[in-house]
Amino acid sequence: MYATNYHRASSVQDAVRMRSAADESKYLAGGMTLIATMKQRLAAPSDLVDLRHIPSLRGISVDGTSVRIGAATTHYDVASSTELKAACPAICDLAHGIGDPHVRHMGTIGGSVANNDPAADYPAALLALDAVIVTNTREIKAGDFFTGLFETALQDAEMIVAVTFDAPAKAAYAKFRNPASRYAMTGVFVARRDNGDVRVSVTGAGADGVFRHPGMEAALSANWSPDSLAGVSVDPSDLMSDIHASAEYRANLVKVMAKRAVAAA
Amino acid sequence: MGVEGIGASVARKEDKRFLTGKGRYTDDMSVPGMKYAFFVRSPHAHAKIKSIDMAAAKDMPGVIGILEGKQLQADAIGNIICGWMIHSKDGSPMKMGAWRPLANDTVRYVGDAVAIVVADSLGEARDAAEAVVVDYDVLPAVTQAVKALEAGQPQLHPEAANNLIFDWQLGDAAAADKAIAEAAHVTEMKIHNNRLAPNPMEPRATLGIYDSAEDHYTCYTTSQNPHVARLVMSAFYNVAPENKLRVIAPDVGGGFGSKIYIYPEEIVCLWASKKTGVPVKWTCDRTEAFLTDAHGRDHFSTVKMAFDKDNRITGLKVDTIANLGAYMSLFSSAVPTYLYATLLSGQYAIPAIHANVRTVYTNTVPVDAYRGAGRPEATYLLERTMETAARELGVSPAELRRKNFVRTFPYQTPVIMNYDAGDYEASLEAAMAAADWNGFAARKAEAAGRGMKRGIGMSCYIEACGIAPSAAVGSLGAGVGLWESAEVRVNAVGTIEVMTGSHSHGQGHETTFAQLIADRFGIPIDNVNIVHGDTDKVQMGMGTYGSRSGAVGMSAVVKALDKVEAKAKKIAAHLMEADESDIVIENGELKVAGTDKTLPWFQVALAAYTAHNLPPGMEPGLKEGAFYDPSNFTFPAGCYICEVEVDPETGTTEIVQFVAADDFGNIINPMIVEGQVHGGIAQGIGQALLENVHYDPQNGQLITASYMDYAMPRADDLPSFKLSHQNTPCPSNPLGIKGCGEAGAIGSPPALMNAITDAIGNNNLTMPATPQKVWSALNAVN
Ligand SMILES: Cc1cc2nc3c(=O)[nH]c(=O)nc-3n(C[C@H](O)[C@H](O)[C@H](O)COP(=O)(O)OP(=O)(O)OC[C@H]3O[C@@H](n4cnc5c(N)ncnc54)[C@H](O)[C@@H]3O)c2cc1C
Repeated sequence: MYATNYHRASSVQDAVRMRSAADESKYLAGGMTLIATMKQRLAAPSDLVDLRHIPSLRGISVDGTSVRIGAATTHYDVASSTELKAACPAICDLAHGIGDPHVRHMGTIGGSVANNDPAADYPAALLALDAVIVTNTREIKAGDFFTGLFETALQDAEMIVAVTFDAPAKAAYAKFRNPASRYAMTGVFVARRDNGDVRVSVTGAGADGVFRHPGMEAALSANWSPDSLAGVSVDPSDLMSDIHASAEYRANLVKVMAKRAVAAA
Repeated sequence: MGVEGIGASVARKEDKRFLTGKGRYTDDMSVPGMKYAFFVRSPHAHAKIKSIDMAAAKDMPGVIGILEGKQLQADAIGNIICGWMIHSKDGSPMKMGAWRPLANDTVRYVGDAVAIVVADSLGEARDAAEAVVVDYDVLPAVTQAVKALEAGQPQLHPEAANNLIFDWQLGDAAAADKAIAEAAHVTEMKIHNNRLAPNPMEPRATLGIYDSAEDHYTCYTTSQNPHVARLVMSAFYNVAPENKLRVIAPDVGGGFGSKIYIYPEEIVCLWASKKTGVPVKWTCDRTEAFLTDAHGRDHFSTVKMAFDKDNRITGLKVDTIANLGAYMSLFSSAVPTYLYATLLSGQYAIPAIHANVRTVYTNTVPVDAYRGAGRPEATYLLERTMETAARELGVSPAELRRKNFVRTFPYQTPVIMNYDAGDYEASLEAAMAAADWNGFAARKAEAAGRGMKRGIGMSCYIEACGIAPSAAVGSLGAGVGLWESAEVRVNAVGTIEVMTGSHSHGQGHETTFAQLIADRFGIPIDNVNIVHGDTDKVQMGMGTYGSRSGAVGMSAVVKALDKVEAKAKKIAAHLMEADESDIVIENGELKVAGTDKTLPWFQVALAAYTAHNLPPGMEPGLKEGAFYDPSNFTFPAGCYICEVEVDPETGTTEIVQFVAADDFGNIINPMIVEGQVHGGIAQGIGQALLENVHYDPQNGQLITASYMDYAMPRADDLPSFKLSHQNTPCPSNPLGIKGCGEAGAIGSPPALMNAITDAIGNNNLTMPATPQKVWSALNAVN
């Protein structure tokens, strides 16, 4: 790791000010991605602004179906929140399946979303839940937020403060783990609203990162059952190929995981 | 056996320090003035070094020195060598290309060391290393052995035309061909044994200390065999003469073979310590370990197995191409030859066998012994072929094996090995009973009802341990003898130190070796210290690999104990005025049989050192040494059965049952043996299901250079194992031990692959059987 300056922020304003004061600075949340990247010398921020000690960034509030998760809330806190489990158990299950206990106790939803790793789990949930990413300056719909591999709509020094969404009637996440990293080799989040609207989003598989699958959404809107996906085709040409899984195999996984998610929801 | 004697499951003495974080590993070593090294490594798989510009780097903060290959050469530090000479079938010696500890004109794999930076801190060394500007002329690279042999491929070493190191054979080609020509049935297969990275928990590290006052070097290092390291560094690398070089391998956190070899870093840090005047420590990080630790396996083979009309094997013909990487590592030539082809008879009476082995240079890190070393490759090839033959012949896999088992001993195979003892049928039966083989059809039907494809597979392995009779390996090309030494030092108060040339890097020697003494003299193992891993403390030894510590290392201890016992009895007889032959040792006392005369052990020891009243002419003291040279290999064998369920939608394999029935000969500590088998099976399952080293075939970059891409087995990938033993004592060593360190890794991959291919009904599947490959194979037959 290259030498870096550490700053501990106590409020959102404080953090944004510190971050803006240095050109090559970065926010630090759980550090599960950023510190590892710095140790490999693939990132070299001059300054780190630690967000973990800002009280307003942590915690989960649930009001009926309306959910707000602070950006610095850890995966463990999401996985184990009884309030959240009552409103939207699928996102608790998803958080419980991220990494290992060490990672879940350090890593945060804000860090994961800001990083937008194409194999990360949360982006699938936020897209399917039609969530809003609340930043220090604005609110961004998930559909506008995830813009590509490791790319988001965040501006320089813009900070995620929270994630909000309206809990759906039914939802579930089915994840097929990469045998090595155990990130999602394909993860599918399905959500169904009382009005019959269905969203299906896929992570770990898309060549451009997380995406929705209109074909499956239409099929499931018409008939919410795993069987209704049988006739839907998933086009491998939009999917990733790597040493672990070809696009064709991922296309199969997208369907199988979607089926399993619907069955579990 | 006594609570701490031979056969007792004594808890491991060393675990207290390991489990409380108090183990002392090389990286824990710290000496005054010590500085840190970082290696500049090649980012290219194949390139000419045009120039190295250190000017900017030398001025960086904290930098003490930067050294390159030309300086190393000017100081006459030698090439790294392969210590086992193999001759091609045309009689020519193997073609060993030069391996410079620091490359000085050509780099041949990603990670090849080019320069060393020594600085006040690791961070500063790394910063400066980044500022060293190496100008490379990038050359085309080849990473696959089969391809490297083809015409027009990049050439690695001028000595080795077409990258061929040797073209070797064993056995009788004409006899094997005749058997195949006359066979009622021939089973043919192409077999790939995938390339693995060793991944010991402790990465390699070394601390080189040059003492200018004494003109003496000390090398702390992560080694499985510190004496061999000293020998090689003195005799071949010209680092220092043996009497000026002390090598210490303190606690070592796993080796699996990868810490047998002497690597560039050890040599360079010692040399750099002299050049810079400071002790130099280097510790590898995990990606550096993937890049630079010797890998294992990587064989491509074709096999033909001939059967007569009664399904008896009449002949076997094997053609293997083995990837040895960019340079020949210490034992690399022995692994695909004498540790492989000599095991191709398996547990079977096969009248004619012929193996042809070509070894090849490629632009990858060197390949050498990895847990099992050659025997897993032989076992995988044979047992996949046996299973396939059974399917083709329409007979049960157990019947086909039974029909062909070797049943009388000693049995001389056509490929050098002489099996001394075994009962293959016993292990087969025990495994089938434990696995409820006969109930499989019902389980398969039940699984099918859940939409799952269930399969079962077995493997009957044999391997060779107790490496090895010195004269025999010498005649086969080994540069060293493979005996072991021991010294038993009884202190004046009766506590004991045992010096052994074996080295423990996880095996539990501090416990099991002490059990021998507890068994012999009836003293608690807490009164026994096992000393190993330091060339200043132990005179000479050959180290630990090839499951040799029990069969060879312990046998040396037994010989030394015999001498100590004889002398102690003489002293006791003299003191108790009895006949030497009437003295017995029981519960820590020397007694005159049939009388109530006794002397506690410590009094006899004290008498030896006070020397006030010793038998006439006897030297004072109680300390004896011995060297033990085995007269044969040992032959652990067994039967493994694996049962799986494949999810046809995703291709995921779940291991629902794993049975291991082993013959390890006599067992010193059953708990430790179980641990060895568990670890071995975990590695075997890792190879069959998960692990694979992947180099980009275009540019030679290592894609699987971290755990993000290299799939190590985790606890939840593994089932509980059902173990049992059917032991036939080994006749060739005094304890009847065969060895158990590698069996798990040898026997398990074919059992698992036989089970998966049985489940999916497609035999065309290579390791690792990833979900994607299994899914594709399933689709290919549906
Ligand atoms: C072993 C391991 C296994 C893992 N497995 C999984 C897995 O299965 N699934 C999965 O989804 N993830 C996995 N991860 C990633 C993990 O979820 C990380 O926690 C997450 O990706 C990053 O979150 P963090 O809080 O650690 O962020 P950090 O590493 O601190 O930051 C990541 C990036 O986000 C930026 N950032 C952080 N917070 C904010 C904010 N509030 N506003 C704006 N920018 C911000 C940082 O500047 C940085 O660029 C794994 C990680 C590890 C180490």
